[in-house]
Amino acid sequence: MSRASRVLLLLASALLALMLAAPLWRIQLIAPQYPEGLGMKISANTVRGQREHDLDNINELNHYIGMKRIEPESIPELHIIPYAIAALAAAAVLVALIGRRELLSVWLGAFATVAVIGLIDFWHWEYDYGHHLDLEHAIIKVPGMSYQPPLIGSKQLLNFTAVSVPDVGGVLAGVAFLLGVAALVLAYRSEPRPVADWSEPQ
Amino acid sequence: MSPTRRIVYAAVATALAGGAFFACRTAPATTLVGNDAAIKVYVPPGSYDEFYSFMSGGFSGQVSVYGLPSGRLLKVIPVFSQNPENGYGYSEETKAMLQTTFGPVPWDDSHHPEMSMTDGVPDGRWLFINANNTPRVARIDLTRFETDEILQIPNAAGGHASPFTTPDSKYIVSATRFSVPIPNRDVPIDSYKQNFRGTLSFITADQPGKMDIAFQILMPGYNYDLGHAGKGPSDGWFFFTSYNSEEANTKLEENASKNDKDYVAAVNYRKAEECVAAGKAKTFPSEYDHNYVDPSSGIAKVETMHSVKLLNPMDCDGVVYYLPTPKSPHGVDIDPTGEYIVAGGKLATVIPVHSFTKLKKAIADKAFEKVVDGIPVLKYEAVIAGEVQKPGLGPLHTEFDGKGYAYTSMFISSEVVKWKLGTWEVVDRIPTYYSIGHLMIPGGDSKKPWGKYLVAMNKITKDRYLPTGPEMFQSAQLIDISGDKMKLLLDFPTIGEPHYAQAIPASLIRDKQLKFRNLAQNGNPDVTRSESDGGITRKGKRVDVRMIAIRSHFAPDNIEGVQLGDTVYFHVTNIEQDWDILHGFAILGANTSELILQPGETRTLQWIPTRVGIYPFYCTDFCSALHQEMQGYLRVSPAGSTVALTANVSKKAQQQLSEPAKAR
Repeated sequence: MSRASRVLLLLASALLALMLAAPLWRIQLIAPQYPEGLGMKISANTVRGQREHDLDNINELNHYIGMKRIEPESIPELHIIPYAIAALAAAAVLVALIGRRELLSVWLGAFATVAVIGLIDFWHWEYDYGHHLDLEHAIIKVPGMSYQPPLIGSKQLLNFTAVSVPDVGGVLAGVAFLLGVAALVLAYRSEPRPVADWSEPQ
Repeated sequence: MSPTRRIVYAAVATALAGGAFFACRTAPATTLVGNDAAIKVYVPPGSYDEFYSFMSGGFSGQVSVYGLPSGRLLKVIPVFSQNPENGYGYSEETKAMLQTTFGPVPWDDSHHPEMSMTDGVPDGRWLFINANNTPRVARIDLTRFETDEILQIPNAAGGHASPFTTPDSKYIVSATRFSVPIPNRDVPIDSYKQNFRGTLSFITADQPGKMDIAFQILMPGYNYDLGHAGKGPSDGWFFFTSYNSEEANTKLEENASKNDKDYVAAVNYRKAEECVAAGKAKTFPSEYDHNYVDPSSGIAKVETMHSVKLLNPMDCDGVVYYLPTPKSPHGVDIDPTGEYIVAGGKLATVIPVHSFTKLKKAIADKAFEKVVDGIPVLKYEAVIAGEVQKPGLGPLHTEFDGKGYAYTSMFISSEVVKWKLGTWEVVDRIPTYYSIGHLMIPGGDSKKPWGKYLVAMNKITKDRYLPTGPEMFQSAQLIDISGDKMKLLLDFPTIGEPHYAQAIPASLIRDKQLKFRNLAQNGNPDVTRSESDGGITRKGKRVDVRMIAIRSHFAPDNIEGVQLGDTVYFHVTNIEQDWDILHGFAILGANTSELILQPGETRTLQWIPTRVGIYPFYCTDFCSALHQEMQGYLRVSPAGSTVALTANVSKKAQQQLSEPAKAR
């Protein structure tokens, strides 16, 4: 593995570490009476309002349609995701140190798997919140209407346009993955044959 | 460039692109203001607005008057709340206006202004407005912009569906938003279904000073929300929305939102008149106050009434029918032809429109779904004329332009939706800022709307004006509806929380304005007609000071002999007979407000001194070049003091003091 590959991989690891501190995804709710914006940010370990009380305010609005309260403590995945990301970051450092491109492939595969599982899980939660409504207590009942925000993109949910996009952390993840792919491409270009030792031709 | 480097650059570029992603924000809402908006709302200095617009003051309890199209605030008319700005509700002459059988009620929540009408068209004689909290209705005289009469509504709580007017102003109405036990008594709250009832009150309104409850109709215990009179073919009928047909007494937000349909009550009030005349209504003991300004003295009086005629629909066949209407209907509005009855179901996904022709036929065919407490419920399909599909979210109120279109306010989706009567298709929509409640077109609920402007009255202000802390004025928008497309013209802040509003061409009011009161016709028993007539008298602990105000002095202006323990009444008469020369009167330490005195008017301030000393009084309304000199002193001595009762300047005062037997 070339030095460039290792550097890119270490960079990817650093970005993954940064991901822990940044929100991964955000869902913005756009409506005329919220000129100041309303939204929430999903981080590796929690869900927060875009501003201090946004999550409470969103939950308040959601009670009209019978959606259950979004309470980060009740989402078990938020306890696991930080470890998964940390593990990927640590593994990237190890792979850079070992320098074997096969390991790099395995790492990339693991990364992709974690990402896909994460996105499916996220979609599943969105589906759950949007469809499993308490119609017994809902105040606004529109026949056939569900309130699942999109995974990515925008959708009209009554008077709100819900826009769901990756936030800083999500983009960092994407960039980290691309850096990993670049590292892998470089590793295969610069070394047509696998090498057993650590020395590299200058 | 080496391939390695190229890939590294590509990776870095990707990272940068990721950053750029965050620079993207939602584009701001496109501005909908037309290029000619400024010209359309500009009223040059010295020129007048085209319309007077009367907006309810909401939780200020008053009425505000704005000029349209400029959006300029012209006046705040005190109605249900004390107004220290001019002494309304503080002065001895006006205190009685706020009297109720609960005692004096110095505040209320005013909701719906309604103009008096002649043949279904606003005529500019009077404005009526309701008090929601302690149910009352008021009459405002539009030659003076003053409240002349207030009637309390008994057997009621939450006078919300009020004071909508019949086309001839014979009646205004008041229906109960809160059902309560009738008569009100000590019962468990959860005995709601058994004990709580609503009432619809019909109030005679066409005789100033003689408002009274003609009759009340006893209704099931729903919440009666808004109303409007029929006109043309539906003349003689009144329509009221009701919600909480679930008869919930707790968590109404949820428990009163369960039924798919609630009701519009269609009341044949001519039938009710017949039944009352035929003795079918009970004389029901009910205490309520009627307050009115005695036209000769200018002093408000309280008359306590002791009973009402209460009519049970069970005893008067065909007086009320229920029209099933989707999801907690709020507004009910009758189109200018009188054929269509439009209801705004707060949580409905359509705007249902009932047909009066079909209603009559359904009654004739007995197309009843069921009967509730003697009230037949007509079949929805038998009365519905059409439904406006996908109008938006949260339809509340509808007004008409007289050109075949209806305009409905949408609270949740924060917009006005224009749709066509008959085809029920939405033809235009315009956003409002933010969360519109009522909307108003001049004459828009009458037979002949002046369909040029629409005012959106919004519940949420947020960022529309320079921010003023957590509490801000409400926000209104003026919209041009003269063309096919609605155009936003102007944004202006409004006081309190305007619910409904009424507007009519200025020409119907402007030229009838009183400029000052005729002093010769001032029938106040404590009037002082000239400088030499002022005086001071004592009767036990009561001291009456009669004085005049004229540029730039009071007479008398030095008063002695008042003692601790006395109650002093200052009867001040502004003897000016000139346009817009007002005076004010205020004294140090007064526990009430100032007085503002119109030219030719007498007002009385009660004052109880609390310590000995000298008390200046002065004119509070800048009246003249020497306004600052318009002042006087009153001396307060200890109880039992031998200081003689004197008021300088006035010869009559001296004379009165030398003839104590004649003192009041």
